Amino acid sequence: MIPLPFLAAVDSWIVTFSAITVIVTIWMGFRSAKTSKTASDFFVAGRSVSVGWNASAISGEYLSAASFMGIAGMVMSSGYDALWYPVCYACGYLFLLLFIAGPLRRFGAYTIPDFAEGRFDSPIFRKIAVVFVLFIGFFYTMPQMKGAGVTLSYIFQDVDLRGTFLEFLAPHNIAGEALQGFPYWAGVVLVGAIIILNVALGGMKGITLVQAFQYWIKMFAISVPIFVLMAVYGHYGRQVGSNNVAQMPPGALYQNMGAPTNTVAPFITEAERKTLSAKAPSDSVWISPFGPLTTKATTKAKLSAEDARPYSLLYTYSLIIAIVCGTAGLPHILVRFYTNPDGVAAKRTTMWVMILIGIFYVFPPIMGALGRNLLPELYNGIGAKGTDKVVLELPRILNEKYGVLGSILSGITCAGAFAAFMSTFSGLLVSMTGAVAHDVYGRILKPSSTPEQRMKMFKFAAIGVGSIAVLLGTLVEKLEINFMVGQAFAIAAASYFPLLFMSVWWRGLTMKGAAIGMLSGGLLALAGITLTSISDIALKTSAANGTTNSLQGLEDFWIAHPLARILCEQPAIWAVPLAIILMIVVSKATAKDVPSDIRMKMLVLHAPEKLGLKQEYIQEHGPAGH
Amino acid sequence: MSSPSGEKSGDKIDIHSESFLHSLMRKQLKLSIACAATFMVALLGLPLLNYFFPEFMAKRIFGFTLSWFILGIAFFPYVWIISYYFIRNSIALEDEEVKSAKGDEKQ
Repeated sequence: MIPLPFLAAVDSWIVTFSAITVIVTIWMGFRSAKTSKTASDFFVAGRSVSVGWNASAISGEYLSAASFMGIAGMVMSSGYDALWYPVCYACGYLFLLLFIAGPLRRFGAYTIPDFAEGRFDSPIFRKIAVVFVLFIGFFYTMPQMKGAGVTLSYIFQDVDLRGTFLEFLAPHNIAGEALQGFPYWAGVVLVGAIIILNVALGGMKGITLVQAFQYWIKMFAISVPIFVLMAVYGHYGRQVGSNNVAQMPPGALYQNMGAPTNTVAPFITEAERKTLSAKAPSDSVWISPFGPLTTKATTKAKLSAEDARPYSLLYTYSLIIAIVCGTAGLPHILVRFYTNPDGVAAKRTTMWVMILIGIFYVFPPIMGALGRNLLPELYNGIGAKGTDKVVLELPRILNEKYGVLGSILSGITCAGAFAAFMSTFSGLLVSMTGAVAHDVYGRILKPSSTPEQRMKMFKFAAIGVGSIAVLLGTLVEKLEINFMVGQAFAIAAASYFPLLFMSVWWRGLTMKGAAIGMLSGGLLALAGITLTSISDIALKTSAANGTTNSLQGLEDFWIAHPLARILCEQPAIWAVPLAIILMIVVSKATAKDVPSDIRMKMLVLHAPEKLGLKQEYIQEHGPAGH
Repeated sequence: MSSPSGEKSGDKIDIHSESFLHSLMRKQLKLSIACAATFMVALLGLPLLNYFFPEFMAKRIFGFTLSWFILGIAFFPYVWIISYYFIRNSIALEDEEVKSAKGDEKQ
């Protein structure tokens, strides 16, 4: 069936490890799905799980393709500025713990739409709130899909489909000639189809054991190759240290600030290094704050390095706000806080989650720094062949010295990548499909539907939502994985975060205030981000194909207005305060609509669970959600 | 419905009262804000240090620049300390609330 050269041209170690991960993940999903059929089973089952397993499961769900592949790729391409991402992913979790997790847990709302309905006694608001599950979900699935496309086109890069019956699958150049290799879109479609099928058939329900297992795969798959690489090529400090700012080229960042005093400490010997390609950022720009990521807009506008710095500072702050606040608004994260027997166990679990994800996040930047020194040819690659695949490809350089060791380690990182994008894509697909089947169909389109009809609808919705996610995934090859995830966080920060934060801590919030604030902040952020993303894709596509940019007018506008560009690309710095201010103003104007039992609601949100107020509340009002 | 009925014991704090809710939320918010402020100072201060003292932040430590070392490595233990402090204190706070609400009957 499959032509023989097809198999001969792939690295058998890499294929074996990847295939094992895929099969084990699907098998475990189905096995656990048999024992837990409904959402409440899932929660109850989770409650019997120990703190250690639960913490691993939460961490496993949190670490997506962006954490596993994207951060390393972005540190390699942008240097220091990309370090904000892993740190803020971890800090965002802390922010969630400080302000939101405890009250939501006590309130007993499993999802944000449940909470929105219960807090304001408003089924209408639930329908409004559910929209953002889809917006954020699609923005979050795009980078996962890119992870899948990058990984498969890396695994099958030496395959030659020309001359076989599969020639139509081979990548084509702009003139329409078939090339060697495996196309990006086919990887996206293949992985997407497997996961959609799996979710539609009822596997992959976000089972604690599967997710916990996924965390340890990811942790093992990133740390072991890095330790081996560091043992051979020099440790983290040496890798970063060899980017020696003392050899600054003329016109570098701090040209006007006197002689640089920052030379490499004498006891650090420089790590082995290959010559950087022309497209790579220079050492001084790479290692210093306010580098390529935050100066993109001002560089295009041809501002001087000195004039650009305030813009870069603004960009940095907006990025920090987006990620720290956005973590609290991710649809698939909050649910796990309920899979603990009680509040104390939930808090202990959270402590372990902070430690597990914190340790993980130290590693990807090491891979980025190693990649810059040892695999600089990735700077020349575009899309799936660019720096996003550094985690997959870098361990393979060990083959030069130690035979198959490089292939084995590369196979391990590929397995980790599969674990990352499969778990996150399945988790998101389950929550998005649930939103469509349960809220859109079950409550809006056909409230009289039977459970069987809804189950059937769940399958259709999984295929529909999944297909849209796959389609969107094929369009974003030119954008960086980690950057796209950051954009999803920004939308969550401008919509769900203000809703949750204000609902929990301000009793005067009304449904109208909450809805108007959330919609304005969220939709404006969404518009800005969509605009910049579309414009970037058009620009990079035209640059790669040598054609004229179809959106040149927009590009010219960005060049003329770098501030507008930064505020559209990173909207959190204005969208979050805007949403909060609108919530306050509109709520003050509609103060008579504050729910009459607001004191009881606030008590349920804040009083210790041991006082049993939740049970009292349910007896009087019925359950808050569901 | 807002005003609940019948508290059973006289010397217990009425958990449905306005003052209980008020003090409860204030204590919780105070703890959360104190912890948030501690990490915000570091998180929002670092870009300012990078901005105003670029040469100092570019000093080398174990091969890293100082700024890289803080952000890429040292920040994580810092966050752990804050979350440990918060978790310990919020559990203590809850226990205290339960005790004051139920009276000392169980002690």
